Amino acid sequence: MPEPARGPLALLVATKKGAFVLRADAARREFALEGPHFLGHIVNHLVLDRRDRRTLLCAARTGHLGPTIFRSDDLGKSWKEAAQPPAFPTSDPSARTVKHTFWLEPGHASERGVWYAGVSPQALFRSEDSGDTWTPVSGFNDHPRWFEWTGKGQDGTPDGSILHSINVDARDARHLYVGLSSGGVFESTDGGADWHPLNGGLFADFNPEPYPEYGQDPHCMRLHPQAPDVLWQQSHCGIYRIERPASRWERVGDHMPREVGDIGFPITLHPRDPRTAWVFPMDGTQVWPRTSPGGRPSVYVTRDAGASWQRQDEGLPRENAWLTVLRQAMTADAHDPIGLYFGTTCGELWSSLDEGASWRRLRSHLPHVYAVEAAELEP
Amino acid sequence: MKVRIATPLLSYTGAREVEAQGGTVGELLDDLERRHPGLRFRMVDEQNRIRPHMRVFVNREAVRGLDAPLAPDDDVQILQALSGG
Repeated sequence: MPEPARGPLALLVATKKGAFVLRADAARREFALEGPHFLGHIVNHLVLDRRDRRTLLCAARTGHLGPTIFRSDDLGKSWKEAAQPPAFPTSDPSARTVKHTFWLEPGHASERGVWYAGVSPQALFRSEDSGDTWTPVSGFNDHPRWFEWTGKGQDGTPDGSILHSINVDARDARHLYVGLSSGGVFESTDGGADWHPLNGGLFADFNPEPYPEYGQDPHCMRLHPQAPDVLWQQSHCGIYRIERPASRWERVGDHMPREVGDIGFPITLHPRDPRTAWVFPMDGTQVWPRTSPGGRPSVYVTRDAGASWQRQDEGLPRENAWLTVLRQAMTADAHDPIGLYFGTTCGELWSSLDEGASWRRLRSHLPHVYAVEAAELEP
Repeated sequence: MKVRIATPLLSYTGAREVEAQGGTVGELLDDLERRHPGLRFRMVDEQNRIRPHMRVFVNREAVRGLDAPLAPDDDVQILQALSGG
């Protein structure tokens, strides 16, 4: 396992109205806010290249201008727009267009400059020049079963169907996992040339066949960076874990308290312990309020691979707090003890420096938070 | 010809009115892209459709397609109809 991080930290916050960076020293007690960057843009994801610790990519659009990627090679002091943002070929027989880029992911440690982007509709793009130019991953986007897997690109979130949760195996740059909302989990072992579903055991209560080959709705899937056979998933229908080469997911959310359930958007992993994960449950009953169950928000942690879960709400509001934390909006840093962070759709940013045992509010009154990333900076 | 630019595209042109040439709206946008890289994809998608809420007016008449013809002394305005919260 790697040594814990000991340097300064930046929280990269993507919101409906722009991006913000909150910087802290290694103690992580005080966070200074920088921004907004791209005020008025809908920013879905702001991500640091963990390989060079300098390059930032920002997935942005406005309500009316087309989607693009902004790049910074000086941690946000200056920005340039991608010369060729993700776009389908003009010759695309279905005349597909990229509605927005939802997920940005640096490639394998051995492939400097490689990035992946997941977009709406569910499609994958790759850059080999640190995000300046992007090309479609044709093996997925033009797969003969793409229309089956994606529901013709129509079945998705209210903001559109998306490809998200791009995970690269730390052992093998050619081994990739992605999540589709909707569509399920898909795996490639040849660098994206071919793909197959990986949805055994995943429930889909919105499907006439409750355990289909594909068509599920994984909300957030994380591959453990140090134990790359371990995948966790918070889906539309439960919390799951799998240890490859098994092909059947186990619903570890069955061990959550019944009155809370195991529906939510995000899942966050401990960077050094593949048996520890955190979730932020939401109300998935009836019309799906997608707020904290009963108005009492809490994080839940498991330290035994999902066999048991403990409530962690010290410092959080105890009543009348109807929070929603979206799938990219909860994260962990790599310090010891690790810091946990989440942002809400009502513009709050919360942190815990004791692995979830207690929480404090870092910021209020930000715009609707879409994503929070913890970026370890150079000491 | 002079082209009036919508404010959301000012970060590309730096001015509300810029110079560009073209015998059609599509050619005009290609010339704008050469002069102000990145502008075209923000207002036209990869299937060459003007994005929703983007409006091109030639001599105060709305045009919908990139093949609309232009004369050298035409008045061209690129506007955006904002909506939402």
